[in-house]
Amino acid sequence: MALSTVLETPGAGFNFENATRNAALEALFEGGQTPKPLKTGTTIAGVVFKDGVVLGADTRATSSEVVADKMCEKIHFISPNMYCCGAGTAADTEKTTELLSSNLSIFSLNSGRNPRVVMAVNILQDMLYRYHGQIGANLLLGGVDCTGNHLYTVGPYGDVDKVPYLAMGSGDLAALGILEDGFKHNLELEEAKELVRSSIHAGIMSDLGSGNNIDVCVITKQGVDYIRPYQESEYKDDRKMNYKYRPGTTKVLTEKVVPLKLEVVQETVQKMETA
Amino acid sequence: IRGLRSQLKDSVPVAGLCPQGAYGVQDSLRSGFTSVKNELLPSHPLELSEKNFQLNQDKMNFSTLRNIQGLHAPLKLQMEYRAARQIQRLPFLPSSNLALDTLRGSDECIGFEDVLCDPGQSEVMGEPHMMVEYKLGLL
Repeated sequence: MALSTVLETPGAGFNFENATRNAALEALFEGGQTPKPLKTGTTIAGVVFKDGVVLGADTRATSSEVVADKMCEKIHFISPNMYCCGAGTAADTEKTTELLSSNLSIFSLNSGRNPRVVMAVNILQDMLYRYHGQIGANLLLGGVDCTGNHLYTVGPYGDVDKVPYLAMGSGDLAALGILEDGFKHNLELEEAKELVRSSIHAGIMSDLGSGNNIDVCVITKQGVDYIRPYQESEYKDDRKMNYKYRPGTTKVLTEKVVPLKLEVVQETVQKMETA
Repeated sequence: IRGLRSQLKDSVPVAGLCPQGAYGVQDSLRSGFTSVKNELLPSHPLELSEKNFQLNQDKMNFSTLRNIQGLHAPLKLQMEYRAARQIQRLPFLPSSNLALDTLRGSDECIGFEDVLCDPGQSEVMGEPHMMVEYKLGLL
């Protein structure tokens, strides 16, 4: 139905039409009942070692006090040589990393080159700064390219830092303690994996928002080893996900067979062309 | 520090004179109660900066280009932009903006404007005559 109040086609991108209404509604409800976005309440960590980068994350996604997802994937694919851990609002980290991955694949198709980690970081920084922190994404981007092994952190307001090791999320303080104690330059692969695992484990133990399993992702020049889950939690419940019943579960008491009497009324033959 | 004045919306309507709803009546369900504050200041911190984002980006880029390469560089580029911007369909039809996209480089990028609120799938449709009159400034 054509509206006479619409004078221009609505622009693409974010639409702020409901912002006034939402502000009025919040004032009406005194801020108690607005729906909360799904936060990841996470522990993520990353370490640069001799041959590449190791990223680790827990797998719990919380929605206020309820665990919304026990096997959430927090290490997102960016490009074959780069992965990104995301903490903060789950949807924001997902979409931002997906957009980043699409942009980088367009670039590599256009230019025939492998994307570098600094490019990803710059794209993220521009995108997040543009939205002044409204996109709640704390990202830990690690990758290997022709210039070496890099680990960068990007905050929601667009601040960037290049670090040899870092932990982020609500469990970052505990995880950082383990990392500070155990980190050395040029670690070996197994030591680096063990360091990341124990730091995420410390985060899980000390923070309510992190938990369940630990995912580890190892990125080297040769390729990527995404181990999901690297360590499963001891506290698993025994739910049978399959509720199909075996044939014979319901007892058959009586059986009555009534044959259907059909008589042929008309018969037509249509020849098929099989040339 | 920006003053309040620089954050004002385009027009300064008096509350109640230009209600947002259909049939000329204030649509309380969608836009809330009438208040002068609602019509002057944007309620979302990003609203104004997003509306003018492309404009501000272009201004910044052109002024940097002018400082580095002299006046003619941005002048020539802007001439091309103006020519490309004129290749449009009528206001109520979707235009592909191919030339403009190529000049801007946005044919090689994906952003939120490609994913959210696709104008090809908008929920509202405008009256074609009104839209053309608005575009020509006859309204």
